Amino acid sequence: MNATHSLVARTGTFFHRYANPGRFLRLGARLQPWLTWPALMLSVTGIIWGLFFSPADWQQGDSVRIMYVHVPAAWLASSGYAGLAVCSLLSLVWRHPLADLAAVEIGPVGAAITAVCLATGSLWGKPMWGTWWVWDARLTSVLVLFFLYLGHIALIRAFDEPQRGYRAAAILGLAGAIDLPIIKFSVQWWNTLHQPDSITLTGAPTMSTAMLWPLLVCTLGFTLGFAAIVVARLRAAVMESRIRAALSARRGRGGTVAGDAHGRDVPDGAVA
Amino acid sequence: MTRKSRRLWLACACLIGLGSATALTLSAFSSNIVFFMAPSQIRAKPPAPDRTVRLGGMVVAGSVRRQTVGDTPVALFDVTDGQAAVTVRYEGILPDLFREGQSVVAIGTASPDGAFRASEVLAKHDETYMPKEVAEALRRSGKWDPRYGKAPDAASWDTMTVRNARKDAAGPQQQHGS
Repeated sequence: MNATHSLVARTGTFFHRYANPGRFLRLGARLQPWLTWPALMLSVTGIIWGLFFSPADWQQGDSVRIMYVHVPAAWLASSGYAGLAVCSLLSLVWRHPLADLAAVEIGPVGAAITAVCLATGSLWGKPMWGTWWVWDARLTSVLVLFFLYLGHIALIRAFDEPQRGYRAAAILGLAGAIDLPIIKFSVQWWNTLHQPDSITLTGAPTMSTAMLWPLLVCTLGFTLGFAAIVVARLRAAVMESRIRAALSARRGRGGTVAGDAHGRDVPDGAVA
Repeated sequence: MTRKSRRLWLACACLIGLGSATALTLSAFSSNIVFFMAPSQIRAKPPAPDRTVRLGGMVVAGSVRRQTVGDTPVALFDVTDGQAAVTVRYEGILPDLFREGQSVVAIGTASPDGAFRASEVLAKHDETYMPKEVAEALRRSGKWDPRYGKAPDAASWDTMTVRNARKDAAGPQQQHGS
C-alpha cells in the first residue's frame, strides 16, 4: 500500500505542476506555434498528396481517396476520447482544475471529428458497399462514441455550479472509455461489414506504400491540428476564468483593479 | 490510505466492474452482434423460412449467372466460406464492387431446400489497398487471380511502384523481381 501511496502522490505532483494557470499559459504560448504551423503544413501536404499524387485503388478507383480524411478522423475520434477519459480520471482522483477545463474543451472538438469520420465513412459506403449505413459492430460502436461525446458536452455545461457538472461529466467520460476497446476490436471479435485494420502494430500494412505515406502524413497533420485546437481553446478558457475572477474581485472591491497580473489580462472594453 | 488513493481504487473498481458487465453482456448477445452468418452455419442450422438473415461469404468464381426477367436483371451466384456453398438469387442492380472472388453480404431468406432469396446485396471490402497498375501487373505475371481469393502477402507488392507495374504490364516476359 505504501508503494501505491507514493505512486499516487508522485503522479499528483507531476500533474499539479501544470495546475498553476500561469505556468500552463506560459507553456501553452510556447507550444502553440509548434503545433499550429506543422499541423497546417502536414495536413495540406498530405491532402494534396493523397488527392492528386497517390494512385487510385484497383477496385475502389478514386473513392479510395476518402480514406485520407476518414482514417485520421477515426483515429482522432478514439484518441480524443482517450484524452477525455484521462482528464476525467485526473479530475475524479486528483481534483485537477486544469483537467476539468481540458475536458470542457476536448468534447466539442472530438464530437466534430467523430462526425467527420461518420460522414466520410457513409459517403464511401454508398458507392462501395451499396449502402449509406449498416448496423454492424464497428459502425454502431463509433456512433455510440459520438453520442458519448454529445452527452459529455451537454452534461458538463448542465449545472449552474460548474464543479458539479465537472464531476458528473468526469464519471460519464470515464465510464464511456469502455467503448474504446469495443471500437478497436469490433472488427476482430465479430464479423462486420467494415473491413479489418490495414495498419497494425504486429504485421506489415496491407496497403501499398504509395498510399501509406500520404495517409501517415495526413494522420500526423490532423493529430497536431487536433492538439493545436484543444490547446488554443484551453488557453482561451484559462484566460477567461482569470478574467472572470479579476472582474468579480474588482466588483467586490468597488471598482478598483485587482492585482497587476490580473489587471494586464483585462482589456477595458471587455468589462462591458 | 489517503483520500486520493482511495478515490483511485474506487475509480479502478468501478471501471473493472463496468468493464466486466459490458464484456458479459456483449458475449451473451454475441450471436446478435455478428453482422452475417457463414454458409456453413446456414447449412448446419437452417433459419426459419420467414426470418430475414444475412449471409456472408465469397462469390465462387465462375458461378455468376445473369438473366433478365422482364425488365429486372436477375443474378444467381454461389456464396462460400470454404466449407459450404449457398446459391443466392437476387433481383436488382448489384453494387460496383460485386465480382467473382469478392466477399459479399446478402440479406434475405433461406428456403428449406437450401436456396437463398436476397432482397439486398452488399459488397464487402477487405483490408487490402492496391494501386490499379500493381493489381494488373500481379494478374499478368500470374501471381494472383482476384477471382480465386485474397491478394498475396503485402510484403511482395507493397513497394512496387506504379511506374514499375506499368513497365511489367508492357513487357510480361520481364517479371518483377521482388
